Amino acid sequence: MIPPLIVEESIARGIGIIAITDHNATANIQAVQKAAEGKPLLVLPGMELQTSEEVHSLCIFEKLAQIEEFQKIISHALPHISNQPAHFGEQFVVDETGEFIRREEQLLIVSADLTLSQAWKYVIELGGLFIPAHVNRKAFGLLENLGFVPQDIPLHTLEISRHLPANEATIKFPQLSGHTLIKGGDAHRLEELGGFNEFWLASPSFNEIKAALKGLDGRKVIIRDSI
Amino acid sequence: MNLQTMIDSLHLKPLTEPKDYQAILPTCGYASDLLSCVMAGAAHQSVWVTLQAHINIVAVASLLDLSAIIITEDAQPDAATIAKANEEGINIFSINEPTFSVVGKLWELGLHCQQPNNT
Repeated sequence: MIPPLIVEESIARGIGIIAITDHNATANIQAVQKAAEGKPLLVLPGMELQTSEEVHSLCIFEKLAQIEEFQKIISHALPHISNQPAHFGEQFVVDETGEFIRREEQLLIVSADLTLSQAWKYVIELGGLFIPAHVNRKAFGLLENLGFVPQDIPLHTLEISRHLPANEATIKFPQLSGHTLIKGGDAHRLEELGGFNEFWLASPSFNEIKAALKGLDGRKVIIRDSI
Repeated sequence: MNLQTMIDSLHLKPLTEPKDYQAILPTCGYASDLLSCVMAGAAHQSVWVTLQAHINIVAVASLLDLSAIIITEDAQPDAATIAKANEEGINIFSINEPTFSVVGKLWELGLHCQQPNNT
């Protein structure tokens, strides 16, 4: 996905806030942020982290500097194996126009050698949001791999996958009740861009989203299944 | 066959407080790293062989009254997991071998499980 097209397509779909959450990687965030400069789209820096339990979690921050710190921790925790593009695909880093800058050499598809609770702690200490991703999915979902929502760390917000209607989520998975749920587009292609989450905010910002996930001061989030 | 025999034969390293392992008689074995599968598929009193070292393994073992968890490839549960296992009386062992060879050795020892008793 090319940065200007991500921006253009998001705005066309009426989306006001996106997070760039590549798998164990963050090198393309700035390009999308630059492509969105002057446009009505807030681009938050994030990562879809794969921890040692083979569970995916969204780690979303306010500022690039925070996620750059986090990336250092993750790069160190990933096995030092080179990518083989023939098997795992290319790992391009591009600029804001989509021009090639470099290839990421370190293999990103693997798990970081960090547990869910260790990763959670790093994200919280850096001021980020830690949201287990597509928890109901058979592959890399928290409920499948860990059986149930762990109780040793406070996981406030959970993401359900695009195929699970919000009103069925807590019926199919009763343990999801009591958590704030968001629905992830998990968009790997432009046509998959979601916009499932309707946030009630005073302004589009990281802190407002944080407040909405906690339901503070009239802020809230509602999942819209049909978009 | 009792748990002590398995510990001796496979050189399992106990991570939890020792017990009278001779008195523990596992009836079955199960191998998976997906906890939802274990919850649905493992028979009570099983020995569970897994690479998963997350704290949720203790609750799963407790739920199914498992005889032991064998964590393979030297994966290490954290201190909180060990403490919780001791609290719940769950036996956890580690071994620096892959799941495949551990299961093979248990099978050769005579731990078979054709008819799980809770499925």
